[in-house]
Amino acid sequence: MAIFLTKESKIIVQGITGGEGTKHTARMLAAGSNVVGGVNARKAGTTVAHKDANGADVELPVFASVAEAMEKTGADVSVAFVPPAFSKDAAFEAIDAGIGMLVIITEGIPVQDSAALWAHAQELGNKTRIIGPNCPGIVSPGQSLAGIIPANITKAGKIGLVSKSGTLTYQMMYELRDLGFSTAIGIGGDPVIGTTHIDALEAFEADPETEAIVMIGEIGGDAEERAADFIKESVTKPVAGYVAGFTAPEGKTMGHAGAIVSGSSGTAQAKKEALEAAGVKVGKTPTETAQLLRELLGA
Amino acid sequence: MDLFEYQARDLFEEHGVPVLRAKVADTPEDAKKGAEELGGGTVVVKSQVKIGGRGKAGGVKLAHSPDEAAQRADEILGLDIKGHVTKRVMIAEGADIAEEYYFSILLDRANRTYLAMCSKEGGMDIEELAVERPEALAKVAVNALTGIDDAKAREIAETAGFDAETTDKLIPVLVKLWDVFQGEDATLVEVNPLVKTGAGDIVALDGKVSIDENAEFRHEDHAGLRDIDAEDPLELKAKQLDLNYVKLDGEVGIIGNGAGLVMSTLDVVAYAGEGHGGVKPANFLDIGGGASAEVMANGLDVILGDDQVKSVFVNVFGGITACDAVADGIVKALQILGDSASKPLVVRLDGNNVEEGRRILDEANHPLVTQIDTMDGGADKAAELAASR
Repeated sequence: MAIFLTKESKIIVQGITGGEGTKHTARMLAAGSNVVGGVNARKAGTTVAHKDANGADVELPVFASVAEAMEKTGADVSVAFVPPAFSKDAAFEAIDAGIGMLVIITEGIPVQDSAALWAHAQELGNKTRIIGPNCPGIVSPGQSLAGIIPANITKAGKIGLVSKSGTLTYQMMYELRDLGFSTAIGIGGDPVIGTTHIDALEAFEADPETEAIVMIGEIGGDAEERAADFIKESVTKPVAGYVAGFTAPEGKTMGHAGAIVSGSSGTAQAKKEALEAAGVKVGKTPTETAQLLRELLGA
Repeated sequence: MDLFEYQARDLFEEHGVPVLRAKVADTPEDAKKGAEELGGGTVVVKSQVKIGGRGKAGGVKLAHSPDEAAQRADEILGLDIKGHVTKRVMIAEGADIAEEYYFSILLDRANRTYLAMCSKEGGMDIEELAVERPEALAKVAVNALTGIDDAKAREIAETAGFDAETTDKLIPVLVKLWDVFQGEDATLVEVNPLVKTGAGDIVALDGKVSIDENAEFRHEDHAGLRDIDAEDPLELKAKQLDLNYVKLDGEVGIIGNGAGLVMSTLDVVAYAGEGHGGVKPANFLDIGGGASAEVMANGLDVILGDDQVKSVFVNVFGGITACDAVADGIVKALQILGDSASKPLVVRLDGNNVEEGRRILDEANHPLVTQIDTMDGGADKAAELAASR
């Protein structure tokens, strides 16, 4: 069944006429996603030419606003490829329009803008699920892709994956490509993100087609520790985990804005211990983690 | 990016937060001149390092005359405080301190908003206070959209247990400190101590500010706050090349794509190193999704410029950029670098078009390049090569 994104999802792209927007719209269509149009106020009324998954020509309409795109197409998911300086406004627009899910791919958004857009979504009743920012998006293999995850790594299957990191998501999908995934979500490595590990774990627990879960974390913050508490209380499905950043020194940001050990908080060791205490099988390397997941599944 | 105290003081002043007059000095002579400019009376000479515990380490001293200020500066300049060497001091007016408080605004990641913390007991280590007497530290959530207005400032001060008179005096200062936080795109604004003087005025005596580098596009002045002298020369070079690089203290150079995968590569190399004389990763370098020949060449150039590096592990997962393009990048990068590429490279490619990528590297048959098919195996090989040289 997959979580958050299915073949029924109707996707629009904010920034569909830009370089990244164009490239990834094509890739999403090739992956079978139902992309129904895009938004760029300055090019409203035009169309962009693409090919669908079968290679047939499609003309996608460009709308002036997310609200208009939703009204005309029934879109319920937006993927935003908008530069950092304009991402907050783009997100507010999508949230104001009440879209069901907003995937923010953009890296480098000021954290105060992320905090503001999250607060705005709460103020409007939390009707919009936000994934990201600074994330690769979400894929339900065989059904739909909203974001930049390579769709041809693996197939539909029974593993659910949630990760802070893009390339570790791909790596894990590759390690377990023979088993396949219900849904894989990259939630992003920024200090403030929308959908969390816990949100994804909760949805995977409820999804009848997901039989086991892989959770990938990294240094910084305490999201993994909170996820461990949640697993202990509320997750009955087997969970394998991986945490990156054991060798990261204190006070140095490791690529992701949120990946920093400050003092004794945010260390990989603390996260690993918390997850293990919750019954999660934690691997030392991505490969070992994949092996642990196989054992959990008896596969 | 963490700022120095004097930089925080300047930002406070710009936003109307009451601070003491101060000068900075890099030499004892300048310290004397600064003390004279402040009126020649009692001053405090403070080490400018980005680490706490300056007072205990002898980095903060009183001086009663400009000559004494020069002496104190002479003692403090060059002082090593937990690995941070003092290159600059701040000369600040002496203050008539009646009471010391604590105030900070910070990003609350877990709740995806901000948190204001305030206490009547300032001056001491706040982490100690939070553990020993948590009831003395008020924590008030701050909405990211509405921030700290007069009403919120009153709530914070009252929660911390201030009397009505002090609360009234604190309110405008807290609102201005919010103005610093929001206006400068900070992730932390901390004042410890925030003092009440004998005359009853509120003054920010010491300040710690961290600003968000992602927001530099709307703060042209923030680039000037960077402490270029203190940056590692390799990190500086990498930054100029737009590479995401962090220098570490090991022998195995690391190149990968994606922050998480690179972090993971460091760990896997460190584990493998345990079996090879304890060699460790030499750096973090994320060349991003693109992994073009030029970026690969720049990355290799930075890593090979590190004398400690004995071998290099290139660990790339071909996702958006397929492995054949990455392999082409490696081959071209080695051509660009020519003889300056002198250390063995272990390359692990996986993912899209991996067969084609491996074939390209096999055909190039570069004497420095060894291909290994798995991440764990590649890490082991790179550690082994580093240990044997």
